[in-house]
Amino acid sequence: MQSITNTTTRYGWATIILHWLIGIIFIGQFALGFIMVRTESQRAAFELIQLHKSLGFLLLGLIILRVAWRLGNSAPPLPASVGALERRTAPLAHLALYALQIALPLSGWALVSVSTLEIPTMPFDLFVMPNLPLVESDAAESFWAAAHWYLAYAGIALVVLHVAAALRHHFRLRDNVLTRMITPSSSGE
Amino acid sequence: MFARILGFAAVAACIATPVFAAVALGDAAGSYAISPASSSIHFSIGKVGGGGLNGTFAHFKGSIRIDNSDVARSQVNFTIFPESVGTGQGRIDAFLRSDAVFDAANSPEIQFRSTSVTRTSDTTALVTGRLTARGKTFPEKFTAELGGLKAGTIKFHVTGKVLRSRYGMDVGTPLYSNIVDFDMTLTGRRG
Repeated sequence: MQSITNTTTRYGWATIILHWLIGIIFIGQFALGFIMVRTESQRAAFELIQLHKSLGFLLLGLIILRVAWRLGNSAPPLPASVGALERRTAPLAHLALYALQIALPLSGWALVSVSTLEIPTMPFDLFVMPNLPLVESDAAESFWAAAHWYLAYAGIALVVLHVAAALRHHFRLRDNVLTRMITPSSSGE
Repeated sequence: MFARILGFAAVAACIATPVFAAVALGDAAGSYAISPASSSIHFSIGKVGGGGLNGTFAHFKGSIRIDNSDVARSQVNFTIFPESVGTGQGRIDAFLRSDAVFDAANSPEIQFRSTSVTRTSDTTALVTGRLTARGKTFPEKFTAELGGLKAGTIKFHVTGKVLRSRYGMDVGTPLYSNIVDFDMTLTGRRG
C-alpha cells in the first residue's frame, strides 16, 4: 500500500500512473485536434472529432481524480538543490497545468453544447453525455471554438515548459525530479 | 425509396377506382410524370438523446405508369439528386453531399425502380423495388396511400424506412440512427 500513495519523499503508483496517462492523453489531444480539423475526408474528420470528444471527457474524469488524489496526498518536496525562483514558480506552473486540463475539456464541452450542428456526444459510444445548459448560436460557437483554440495553445506552451524543466532536472541538475515520477522505488534521493 | 413512390402512384391509381367513384380505373390508367412543384421528399434520422436530423431533397424526377388491366404490372421509376439535399444548416448539407454520405460528385443520382406493386387496401399499396445509391443496389419497399385523383393528376403520400448502412452511408452511427424515415408527397401529372 505504501507504494500506491505518496510518501514524504516519493510519488506513489497512483500519482505516477495518473500523471503519465493524463500526459499521454493531453498531448494526444493536441495532435488529434490539429489533425481532425485538417483532415480532407469529411467522414474521417467526423470520426476523429467524436474520438477527440470521447478522449476529452476521459481526460476530464482523470484530471478530477488526479486533483482529488493530490488534495488527499501531499506531494514530496523538491530536492534541496532547487533554487528559490523555481521553488516559487514550479507550483504555479503545475497549478496552471491542472487548471488548463480542466478548462480545455470544459471549453470543448461548451463548444459542442452551443454548436448549431447539434451533434450529440456519446463518449466511446457508451452513453449519451448531456449538453451544458448553454444557449446555442453561431456566435457562441465561434466564441467557444476560439476559447478552446487559445487554451490549447496555452496548454501546449505549458507542456513544453514542463517537459523542458523535467529534462533539465534529469540531464543538467542530475536530481531525481524526473525519475521519482517514473517509479516509486527508483534511486537518486 | 423515392422511386417506390412512383410505384405507389400506379397502385393508388388502380385503388382509386372504388374510393373515388367518379374516377374510372380506365381514367387512372396511364403514364404520369412526377411534378416537383407540387411534390416534396422529407427524410428524418433520429439521434441519441432525442430529436433528429430532418431534411428534404429539392430536385428529383420520376414517372408512374399505371397498367389498365393489371395493377401488379404498374411501374414506378424515380431519381433523386442528392446534391439538392437541404437541412437548413449549410455545414450539414455540405457534409451530406460529401463523400462521407452521398458523395454527390461521383454518385449524382439515387434511383428507384419498382419490381412489384401490391394493393393492400382500397387506397393503399406496397411498392417493392430496387434502390441504387453510391453504386449499391438493395430491395426496398414503400407504402403508398392515394391522396387524391383528379382529371390528369394523381397524388400519393409515400412512407418507408431505409437502412443507410447498406449504401455505405453509415457515418455517424450510433449517434444518428441507421434508419432513415421517408415521408413524401408525390403528385403526378399525366404525361
